[in-house]
Amino acid sequence: MPLLAPWYDFRDLSHAVHRMLDAVADVGGPDWLIYVLSAVIGCAGLGILIGGAVIFNIWLERRLVGRIQVRRGPNRAGPWGLLQPIADTLKLIQKESLTPRAGDFIVFTLAPVLVFVPAILAFAVFPWGPGMTFTDLNVGLLYIIAITSVTVLAVFMAGWSSNNKYSLLGAMRGIAMLISYEIPAVLTLLGVVIFAGTMSISGIVLWQEDMRIWLVVLQPLPLLIYLVTAAAEINRTPTDIPEAESELVAGYHTEYSGIKFGMFYAVELVNGVAVSALIASLYFGGWWLFGLNQWIPGWIIFIGKVYAFYFVLIWLRGTLPRFRIDQLMGFAWKFLLPLSLINIFLVALEVLIWVEYEVSAAVVLPIFSAVNIALAGLLVVAWTRLMAFHFERLPKRPRMYGDIAVPAEQPTGTAS
Amino acid sequence: MPIHTEPFVVNIGPQHPSTHGVFRMRVTLDGERIIDVEMVVGYLHRSMEKLAEERTYTQNIPFTDRMDYLAAMTGNLAYCLAAEKLSGIPVPERASYLRVIFAELQRMASHAMAIGIYLNDCGAWHTPLMYLFREREKILDLFEMTCGARLTTIYMRIGGVAFDIPDEFIPALRALLGELPERMSEYEDLLVENEIVLMRSRDVGVLPPDLAVAASVSGPMLRGSGIVWDIRKADPYCAYDRMEFDIPVGYNGDCYDRLIVRLEEMRQSARIVEQALEQLPGGPIRAEVPLMLRPPVGETYSRIESPKGELGFYLVSDGGPTPYRFKVRSPSLLNLSALKEMIVGMTVADAVVTLGSIDINLGEVDR
Repeated sequence: MPLLAPWYDFRDLSHAVHRMLDAVADVGGPDWLIYVLSAVIGCAGLGILIGGAVIFNIWLERRLVGRIQVRRGPNRAGPWGLLQPIADTLKLIQKESLTPRAGDFIVFTLAPVLVFVPAILAFAVFPWGPGMTFTDLNVGLLYIIAITSVTVLAVFMAGWSSNNKYSLLGAMRGIAMLISYEIPAVLTLLGVVIFAGTMSISGIVLWQEDMRIWLVVLQPLPLLIYLVTAAAEINRTPTDIPEAESELVAGYHTEYSGIKFGMFYAVELVNGVAVSALIASLYFGGWWLFGLNQWIPGWIIFIGKVYAFYFVLIWLRGTLPRFRIDQLMGFAWKFLLPLSLINIFLVALEVLIWVEYEVSAAVVLPIFSAVNIALAGLLVVAWTRLMAFHFERLPKRPRMYGDIAVPAEQPTGTAS
Repeated sequence: MPIHTEPFVVNIGPQHPSTHGVFRMRVTLDGERIIDVEMVVGYLHRSMEKLAEERTYTQNIPFTDRMDYLAAMTGNLAYCLAAEKLSGIPVPERASYLRVIFAELQRMASHAMAIGIYLNDCGAWHTPLMYLFREREKILDLFEMTCGARLTTIYMRIGGVAFDIPDEFIPALRALLGELPERMSEYEDLLVENEIVLMRSRDVGVLPPDLAVAASVSGPMLRGSGIVWDIRKADPYCAYDRMEFDIPVGYNGDCYDRLIVRLEEMRQSARIVEQALEQLPGGPIRAEVPLMLRPPVGETYSRIESPKGELGFYLVSDGGPTPYRFKVRSPSLLNLSALKEMIVGMTVADAVVTLGSIDINLGEVDR
């Protein structure tokens, strides 16, 4: 993309900001003003985007889940029910926000605020287009992993301070699960880092653009693993165990009402977007789309990809039942962890071969992708068969009896 | 360092999303594991058995579909059969066939609900429920078409049924039966083959056959435990002796067996309805029965295979217009009695799933 695009070139939204900051510098504005201005503009932009995403996602999720469940979804408020999220939000704000009398008021109030912090902070490092990053941290991936772990704290605070047994059980489950799933998540993301040689998210996107390949082709298995771990970390069905509706009422946020509950509800949606954005950047080339980003603004491509993955998350929620907590933990430790270790070994070996023998990328990457895709299929099938072996020992259809042997001594009385 | 832990008590219910009404489990937990459970019923007790002693035999019919409100037809049927047996009223042939048709449709509707709610308890977020509701809605439409009510259909009468089927009933029923096999195989593909459903249900809530018999468990639960027993075959009533159908039986007695038995029973019900529709004779739909029925002095027990199990009515007549004793042998209550043995040692999630697989109806448990 040419650097000297005019300020109104909407392919790069950060360009206008840069022009403005340059103007401030030209007039002789102090340095701190430039920093403050860029921070305020960036924060406001991200805030608006996240707020808009929440409002839109409520509608999208309810509507799509409705379609998945052969019903219509919200369709009364506004055209196609588009005003439904606003009605929902207004209702939540109006409602009384109760605090349990025996609960810890301060921690109870702090938890819904704190749970929002990591969700918003994670958005700081995503590249929305070439050069359109709020902060291009060189440890961006590490930052995201670190910051999203803070959610555990808020979950535990909510569960503990509610003084409710369901909440406590939900919080216990949540902590156990989030900690277990951090490990395979980090190990799988490491594969991407080894290939790209950088931890910066925009660096990884640029690597994919340079190599003209999506990392999903090289890393199909990690994508699957990450999708599962991400679903577990943001508490979405198949793995929404901390808030398992049918068992724990609403898990750690059982006692929350009004807008405090709304915060937990909204953060789930924001986290969904954050995870989709991470998958889109790491595995599907971010804003890069095989040269099409010359014509379409990068941020539109990126948002399109993000929502493609968000759709997958909604789809999963609409279709799959929930695991049990011990099964889910077993899945993390017995299935995902070994697979991600195998994957790291494989990636390291491939990169070693690549670097050691100085083969050109054009030759080596197709071979690697073929090998990795084949191995991923093989490993997943083999491992699944192994895991399911115990459960598949009995037939899946009932035995059929045309007639029955009536015992000689019947209970008294016959009808009709 | 050993960590000091102590069990704690959680009240699951009476207000809980998955206790199917107002059932209460007082669960003692060691972490996630259940070490003890105390079942508390009676939150929906409406004293129907006592109330029925003050009402005439005909006036008691509405009570019977407010017991198991998801299977009103079979409740009606069981009571009417008992009252007919007590007073020796013959039922016209057409009425018997209509009763079979409606009882089997009701079984499909009830099983659809049971399977959907079961999957909901597994955490499937209403999707299977909504899919199975398609069939249930169509069946309820058929009920509405015939007797004007969808849920509490006070359709059966002593000596027959209340209304004959309207002209548009048979085409609608044929359309439903036409699309049902395809739908059923779709559900089998999506639910039975689903690995998560398999993992959640296999070896969960196991009810061994000997315990099942000892606890008087009946219906799909008994068949899920591997016992071949069906009152429609063992002790035929209405026109079931002329129907051809198979009894699905499970292997292990776990939740998965109950699920597959229910799914297969829906297919078999469709088969029975088809046969009944073909054999449906003409003629009157109701015998002449005096409004103030006074059965001779005596007592009777009559039972049918309701969707939940053996639904029996024990009636005692003292020759007056009201029953002297009106006792219901409700399958939900007796099926529920085995719950403790099924869930102690399992986790909370298993308890909820097991409770869902029993398919209780609190209206029938408490009466």
